[in-house]
Amino acid sequence: MDPMNYIVLAAVLFTIGAVGVLVRRNAIIVFMCVELMLNACNLAFVAFARMHGGIEGQVIAFFVMVVAAAEVVVGLAIIMQIFRTRRSASVDDASLLKN
Amino acid sequence: MIPLGLPEPTAPALTTQAPDLDYWLLSPLLVVFAVGVVGVLVEAFVDRRHRRLTQLVLALAGVGAAFVLTLLQVGSLPEQGAGVGVAFATVAVDRPTLFFQGTILVLAFISLLLIAENRDGESAFAAQAAAVPGSEEERAHVLAGSQHTEVYPLVMFAVLGMQLFPASNDFLTMFIALEVMSLPLYLLCGLARRRRLFSQEAAVKYFLLGAFSSAFFLFGIAMVYGYAGSVHFADVYAAVGAGGAGVIEDGEPLLLIGMALIGVGLLFKVGAVPFHNWKPDVYQGAPTPITALMASCTLVAAFGALLRVFYVAFGASVWEWRPMLWVVAILTMVLAAVIAVTQRDIKRLLAYSSVVHAGFVLTAVVAASADGLAGAMFYLAAYGFTTIGAFAVVTLVRAPEGGAEAGDLAQWAGLARTSPFLAGALGLFLLAFAGIPLTSGFIGKFAVFEAAVAAGATPLVVVGVLSSAVTAFFYVRIIVLMFFAEPAETAPRVLRPGGLTGTVIGVGIAATVLLGVFPGPVLDNLLPQPSAEAAVGTQPSGAGIVPEDMFVR
Repeated sequence: MDPMNYIVLAAVLFTIGAVGVLVRRNAIIVFMCVELMLNACNLAFVAFARMHGGIEGQVIAFFVMVVAAAEVVVGLAIIMQIFRTRRSASVDDASLLKN
Repeated sequence: MIPLGLPEPTAPALTTQAPDLDYWLLSPLLVVFAVGVVGVLVEAFVDRRHRRLTQLVLALAGVGAAFVLTLLQVGSLPEQGAGVGVAFATVAVDRPTLFFQGTILVLAFISLLLIAENRDGESAFAAQAAAVPGSEEERAHVLAGSQHTEVYPLVMFAVLGMQLFPASNDFLTMFIALEVMSLPLYLLCGLARRRRLFSQEAAVKYFLLGAFSSAFFLFGIAMVYGYAGSVHFADVYAAVGAGGAGVIEDGEPLLLIGMALIGVGLLFKVGAVPFHNWKPDVYQGAPTPITALMASCTLVAAFGALLRVFYVAFGASVWEWRPMLWVVAILTMVLAAVIAVTQRDIKRLLAYSSVVHAGFVLTAVVAASADGLAGAMFYLAAYGFTTIGAFAVVTLVRAPEGGAEAGDLAQWAGLARTSPFLAGALGLFLLAFAGIPLTSGFIGKFAVFEAAVAAGATPLVVVGVLSSAVTAFFYVRIIVLMFFAEPAETAPRVLRPGGLTGTVIGVGIAATVLLGVFPGPVLDNLLPQPSAEAAVGTQPSGAGIVPEDMFVR
């Protein structure tokens, strides 16, 4: 199987994630979509690493996983905080900051 | 299932040697990192009463020491070549790096003074961020005088990321630096003492949009990796010159997609239109000292990284990225200036002003010349000092009741009658933003526009000058409002600047005037001057050549 197919799959996953961020309203779901995008990046890195015959891409994938984990810690803390205040995690409800 | 013809992964030869790290050149980063780690330990082991002072002294000493080390390193740069690649050449130490790091450290030091300001036991930060706003629990913490001294280690980690961001010499390091810089900032944005709902909302928006943009940045890196077979800037540069790494046929689209997506990630951090939407919301909602930190240091770091990516990694494809940055620069200068005119809140207005300034710096990036690099460096430093000063003034003007900052511009009417010094200081900063001669803003604008004209981007400069005129209109409107309007019914309460805030405003004024009146010593020494015979040989180039000898390759 041509590794290029994995790149296409990664692009499809990335697009699903990006569209999800734009259309979903719940902050948790939005955040999950961002994670999907990061994992699509990982897939692309690993597939490219296979094509180039190096291990650099695979190493990058590990780094991205760690970063994603750190992002979850910070992100969930922030989302929890606003949920406790408002009893809602909808990104549309949070709209005090306007002109 | 494994296809034939693919190269087998080659495991690198196992070495028993420890990697050779140049600890001297990494020391500014290590010092700041160490202080951050020690700060975390201080939270665990030091008594609550002594924590704030301990943290503050540690943070200021760490940033100060890192700055001294950075200065010392300028002297230890090699005579030949632009600089040195450290830690397997993942970190580049050259003049632009050291300049950006030094600027970031100075600006962070000043921001720390603003962050540390404490009036009657009240800092700018929530007593207990985990308590629900308006709850009994929150009131109990306020009465007990709780403080979040975790702010200081968080700032140190953010500063570490900012130092590494313009220094990173491969895309992986740059991505890590981006996250190390951003994650603490997301948290810091949500810690405001007053208007906590605004603050929390700002944190959520900044976090979601920031994570979204860094995902784009990362996918861009993946595409460039696919094209070049490496994420190292020098390898990417070589691959672009050679037309790809050879594994993938017709890989040009990968490079273009990658370049665009990496551009999105960086332009988001810079806050250029159309990726600027977070800036007004976050600047307004975040605690003002943190806004000052973001408006100065983050901008410097993000532009440092942007310059390195486009000048070093993509230095061989100027003709591909230049049109993109042209469009972004024009959009930024025009749209942000127009929207800024309609703003009624001082922090939002300063945020849009920061977006416009990002547009001005982009004109220097578009120039892709040594002059453009020097212009951008000077502009960023000058703007950083001025903007911290302006936000320091904002922290002092409070609503008549409740102690929150008086954001609404209507309340600023006639401020000069009650506090002429404060109004005068803000007036000076606004004039510097507008680019009036004898302020640093004028010299900065002159430098970037001159570089852009020399590189043949005259239309861009025309747009820039027109945009300056529009921005001057609303800066002057505020000055008129402060000095000549009748005071509003609900006059704001103006706090007397304490020692820390007073120092910040003083440094802001001094830097704005000094860099405006005597820019020569800084402007002439930013980059090594080309030797005399080389200057004769090259006419003022119209093409705009990416300055190859300024960066480590």
